[in-house]
Amino acid sequence: MRYLPLTGNDRRGMLARIGVGSVDALFEDVPKSAWRSQPIEGLPSHAGELDVERRMKALAAKNLPAGSVPFFVGAGAYRHHVPAAVDHLIQRGEFLTSYTPYQPEVSQGTLQYLFEFQTQVALLTGMDVANASMYDGSTACGEAVMMANRVTRRSRAILSGGLHPHYAEVTRTQARWTNFTAVDASADIDGNEDLAALIDGETSCVVVQNPSVFGHVRDLSSLAEACHAKGALLIVVVTEIMSLGLLSPPGEMGADIVVAEGQSIGNALNFGGPYVGLFATREKYMRQMPGRLCGETVDADGRRGWVLTLSTREQHIRREKATSNICTNSGLCALAFTIHLSLLGEAGLARLAQLNHATAVTLADRLAKIPGITVINDSFFNEFTVRLSKGAAGIVEELATRKILGGVPVSRLIAGKPALDNLLLVAATETTTQGHIDALAAAFEDIL
Amino acid sequence: MAMNSTGRGDTRPIDTHQPHTATGQITTFTANRGLQIEEALIFEQGQRGRTAVDLPEPPAIKSRLGSVKPRKDIGLPGLSEPQVIRHYTRLSQKNFAIDAGFYPLGSCTMKHNPRLNEAMARLPGFADIHPLQPISTVQGALEAIDSLAHWLLTLTGMAAIAMSPGAGAHGEQCGMIAIRAALEARGDKRVRVLVPESAHGTNPATAAALGYVVDSIPATADGRVDLDALKAKLGPDVAAIMLTNPNTCGLFERDIVEIARLIHEAGALFYCDGANFNAIVGRVRPADLGIDAMHINLHKTFSTPHGGGGPGAGPVVLSEALAPYAPASAVVKGPNGFTLVEHAEGESFGRMKAFAGQMGMFTRALTYILSHGADGLLQASSDAVLNANYVLASLKDVMSPAFDGPCMHEALFDDHFLKDTGVTTLDFAKAMLDEGYHPMTVYFPLVVHGAMLIEPTESEPKESLDLFIATLANLAARAKSGDAAHFTGAPRLTPRRRLDETNAARKPVLRWRPTEVLDEAAE
Repeated sequence: MRYLPLTGNDRRGMLARIGVGSVDALFEDVPKSAWRSQPIEGLPSHAGELDVERRMKALAAKNLPAGSVPFFVGAGAYRHHVPAAVDHLIQRGEFLTSYTPYQPEVSQGTLQYLFEFQTQVALLTGMDVANASMYDGSTACGEAVMMANRVTRRSRAILSGGLHPHYAEVTRTQARWTNFTAVDASADIDGNEDLAALIDGETSCVVVQNPSVFGHVRDLSSLAEACHAKGALLIVVVTEIMSLGLLSPPGEMGADIVVAEGQSIGNALNFGGPYVGLFATREKYMRQMPGRLCGETVDADGRRGWVLTLSTREQHIRREKATSNICTNSGLCALAFTIHLSLLGEAGLARLAQLNHATAVTLADRLAKIPGITVINDSFFNEFTVRLSKGAAGIVEELATRKILGGVPVSRLIAGKPALDNLLLVAATETTTQGHIDALAAAFEDIL
Repeated sequence: MAMNSTGRGDTRPIDTHQPHTATGQITTFTANRGLQIEEALIFEQGQRGRTAVDLPEPPAIKSRLGSVKPRKDIGLPGLSEPQVIRHYTRLSQKNFAIDAGFYPLGSCTMKHNPRLNEAMARLPGFADIHPLQPISTVQGALEAIDSLAHWLLTLTGMAAIAMSPGAGAHGEQCGMIAIRAALEARGDKRVRVLVPESAHGTNPATAAALGYVVDSIPATADGRVDLDALKAKLGPDVAAIMLTNPNTCGLFERDIVEIARLIHEAGALFYCDGANFNAIVGRVRPADLGIDAMHINLHKTFSTPHGGGGPGAGPVVLSEALAPYAPASAVVKGPNGFTLVEHAEGESFGRMKAFAGQMGMFTRALTYILSHGADGLLQASSDAVLNANYVLASLKDVMSPAFDGPCMHEALFDDHFLKDTGVTTLDFAKAMLDEGYHPMTVYFPLVVHGAMLIEPTESEPKESLDLFIATLANLAARAKSGDAAHFTGAPRLTPRRRLDETNAARKPVLRWRPTEVLDEAAE
């Protein structure tokens, strides 16, 4: 077995030093009823690299990769071009095969990029501080609500009808099982909901997504004021982080906590994971933040260096009194994010965001001309909602048979609401070409 | 897994001016040390207008950004590609890693990460598919998930699996919610969760987050759960026990079947922390021990890389009784291929995470499993246990084993052998850094004073173990010989020497700020 270095001779010598006759003897504490002397049945034996590669490639070949077809799918995960340098760098063994920087003297590489990552996230969201990342945007959203509950000592969260339904479901699940209340607004298809009236003296936070899952872009300043007037926090969720290259950030609108899905920068679609959750807040709430934090310090020779810090919030110190049970971040995905953003820089990000927006505007204008399609949005970044003359789920399947991945039917995200059946979310990015747009438009004209 | 700093005391630098070996003494003009380059923050390097990504001019359009103001200055630096490559390459060289050396970090299973796994995860058929594209276009992905699930279910003997949790702690939460859901479904409001003192910190944190009162069970002198104490704590208000097996002392809980019986007799459920599954894969099926739920850290046992602290994946296997409560999304095999249940239906407790799980980790774990096969997995767990016992047997006379008898996949020592030397566990660990080793896990588990938990894994050749054993024996002898200064001043040869964690926490600086902002703040 190519990964196992011990030889039979090694094993015999080692057993002799230990003073037992076989490895089995080391398992003397296993109850007889649970002991298996033979390998578990019904599973194949080891295989060489070539053989495994064949089997994995056969599975991969049964999928339709986004890059091989006109592709307009978004709703919380976006296909962007990732520069070759990103994947090259994150595959360096010193990053890939290290662990959490418990020994900072030999982990300065990881710690310094986390410090830079935290800075980038704070700058991008317009907030004071950010953590070293969360599992993904949806879990960051749930953690943000729990943090708001801690800060306000209240337990009623209001979830916008423009919040990604998976994020809402994750947060509702947290609410149900960790004992707080999540109030759902109805689906905000037109992007004009008014949540201010729902805020009361028991409200810990309002969770609102910008751009919303339906694509609408809104200035949230007045909502922030309404929250603060009642002592509640405003949590802003961003599922397309690229948008902050073009839009005024949540921090400038008065957000108290910003959580985001960082996948769009540096990370592939990967069928939904692993991704990287971003989490930023105001300085005054810093000690209530969940997750890992990297901080600046000096070493014994007075040289600048970095360490994990404020770990007294964390489970390994505080155990049942911890702010969260989280014990890792999404390190390598955060590294991909920070490298891609370093490559882009301010100028690159601004242009890329503008390119995304312009491509989506071109797409929306083209689709709006097709009979049977109504573009719902007045405002959007790189994704918008259209109403079709037929059920969107069937249309998307029909498009797939023509090798076009045409978008996300809203019914796939929100079940059991027939009124939403004809709605389709359509996204465009810098990877979308005029040829893709023409192909989608032609297919729609044919089908509708 | 996490380390604990209990008992390690003040971490402020000491021994700044203590004389030490000549190696560390040469000063250079650049402050670089040969291949080790001092690297400024990326924010201290960039220039405005520079970029490493060439993009076309966006077409002229009328912007549709509604009432939102356009973005003003963000403050991101601009660099060219060679600068970015150099920056991160230099940073990487400041990291210890499995690829570079022995990394016996107990409870973390730092085994070799095969590169085939990386290559397979990057096949466009896996990496470039969207979680919401039509199910008909992702049949291979669903089959891969189903195939991995089948292996995990067969290896554990359990009835059902929830694939979506994003990490071990996330899996714990998933399993414990399933337990609470099952209890509530039968109208049973139970308030206490029993957690052994030796447990990972995530266990009590998870139970507490779900509103349970955490009740600690003491360990016996031989490092196992105290059965009598457990019996005394059982009652109609106990919801569950959260028990790691093999436990965090590296020992198999020999009474585990009896513990499961007692727990079930009391109407409670058994959550097993599967962090240490690597010791028993293919040899013991957790189902045969009587457990109800267990997470599997794919990044430990099944070698998806640790990545500097994630991403991981923590699928949870469930008993028949808990199966109905599993969260969305779930892959279902039907007559016409695979489907994905994306909405929590029936008794499902909800959703842990957006989309269908950590696909990139699933493909790596499946590749690892197919490479090993049933025979290779069994050999791997056997070698992991053999390596740990070899280290334990070889060091038992020079260091102090915490418990008698053989261990599982990790060997636990306490700091008794350092008594009266003036050297602490932390000092000992730091001296290992100078020798080119990543230290073992220190100060965890909490039940052992000055704990040192060594997990060699099956990846380490005997020659490597022999040099490691000789090094630790040498260090132990040096400590006992009275050369405390060697340890208290360590490390000296690493990219940084001991860092001031106390002040870092007292006055947290969590981000870079431009100098002018800092100047304004000072005024």
